[in-house]
Amino acid sequence: MNDPTSGVSHLDFDAKESTFLDASELIINMGPQHPATHGVLRVILKLDGEKVMGLECVIGYLHRGVEKIAENRTYAMFNPYVDRMDYVAAVSNGLGYCEAVEKLLNVEASPRAKYIRVILTELNRIASHQLWLGTHALDIGAMTPLFYTFRDREEILKIFEKYCGARLTTHAFRIGGCQYETYDGFEQDVRNFLDFFAPKIDEYEELLTTNRIWVQRTRDVGVISGKDCIALGVTGPVLRASGVKWDLRKAQPYAAYKEFDFEIPVGTKGDTYDRYLVRMAEMRQSMRIIRQAVDGLPSGPIMAKVPKVLKPPVGEIYHSIEAPKGELGYFIVSDGSTQPYRVRVRPPSFVNLQALDLMCKDQLVADVIAVIGTLDIVLGEVDR
Amino acid sequence: MVEGLKRRFGTGLEALTYLGQNYLQVEGAIAGELLHILCEEEQFDYCVDITALHYPKRERPFDVIWILYSFPKNERVRVKAQFADGAPVQSVVSLWPTANWLEREVFDMFGIRFEGHPDLKRILLPDGWKGHPLRKDYGILQQDQEWVQINLGIESGQ
Repeated sequence: MNDPTSGVSHLDFDAKESTFLDASELIINMGPQHPATHGVLRVILKLDGEKVMGLECVIGYLHRGVEKIAENRTYAMFNPYVDRMDYVAAVSNGLGYCEAVEKLLNVEASPRAKYIRVILTELNRIASHQLWLGTHALDIGAMTPLFYTFRDREEILKIFEKYCGARLTTHAFRIGGCQYETYDGFEQDVRNFLDFFAPKIDEYEELLTTNRIWVQRTRDVGVISGKDCIALGVTGPVLRASGVKWDLRKAQPYAAYKEFDFEIPVGTKGDTYDRYLVRMAEMRQSMRIIRQAVDGLPSGPIMAKVPKVLKPPVGEIYHSIEAPKGELGYFIVSDGSTQPYRVRVRPPSFVNLQALDLMCKDQLVADVIAVIGTLDIVLGEVDR
Repeated sequence: MVEGLKRRFGTGLEALTYLGQNYLQVEGAIAGELLHILCEEEQFDYCVDITALHYPKRERPFDVIWILYSFPKNERVRVKAQFADGAPVQSVVSLWPTANWLEREVFDMFGIRFEGHPDLKRILLPDGWKGHPLRKDYGILQQDQEWVQINLGIESGQ
């Protein structure tokens, strides 16, 4: 048989196919002012055509020196500052800080205070996940969920506003308990919200879970294994979506979580779609916790006996909670004075963001947006 | 676990507990080896945090603290070691990749150098910044005025 290429002398079939486009990789700068980076995150992408070969995050644009400020404030004065880190889950930040200082003081909050804390923290977890869902879906191209989630998040913010006067940076808790007793009709408001919200999650799921575009944009995108998550210190829903059943509320219970019955939703593949499902399931679990907490809300004092001037004995403590984004830890060192010697915040967003490089490798540029969204970072917490 | 470690390191290691939390106070020279053992043999597979403390009046002014967690044991431990100013600390990026950014932050804030870190540079502050803000001798209002004037085009950041 004749060789079909024998007559074509000018083509060298052994040479690697190459064009002038292969000559160099493309470096593209994304951000810091970019609507899909959820704040001021700058990402330097190294591209081969549409494919991401690697990336580097440049952070710090929102750095306010929170840890330095802490060293120059008293324990109680620093409390409102923690709300400004993860500002969409301010209640969780406050809970972690107050509990850490309480441990250092050897004080325990009363059962009623603990229950109120759980209710508000779980409401905040739902609010945080709603904001994540709305913005993440918007980034990918689904606009409707944003309006739905913000409409429903409003109901949670109304409860916060009625309880403590603030909607976002709530400063809801005090060291030793809660400053405010619940207002008249608080339980009813929370129950009304639960009844109102249960069908709304189904509504979100109806929009997205089986939506072909959504599934194609998220499935097998940004895959990370459980082993990689642990090596990179990634926690929260991202870790659970990779199949690791670990939640600090169960592993090392704090506040009143020991008393509630709930499950830890886990994923299997660790892709963006799994993380979506895990967070949706988490909202349902949060509702379960809130219902149990409202039904069993004990009576009694809301503040433990705490001295007017807080002077924790010399020593150090590390206390962490399961914030909506992952493990939020406070490492506080006391030198026996009224001001902390050092407050270190272990921010989940900062550590999780480090996985962006691994998760985006060999993906398309458009998927970088999806992965940033699915990591659920808040730059206020990344930069502190 | 503690007994085994004590046998290995002798007086260089002290196991302490405060408020129910365990920590190991060790000498700077053996910290790297101890962390290696904790990671490889004692199943502390998750490096939660790395941070530092500054005591300017001390002979070795820096405490570096590693907070570790073990998924199989559901247990936390802290490792604490003292270092002199300018003394290099062994990097643990090869044990826990998460240490990459955490060590960069400690370098940025305290100026502690980690030996063996793949890319030790500032992370939160701009590259050209002078000074390490979480050192105790760095004032809360202090800024790198020169950097501010050149890069932001304003007289002062205050």
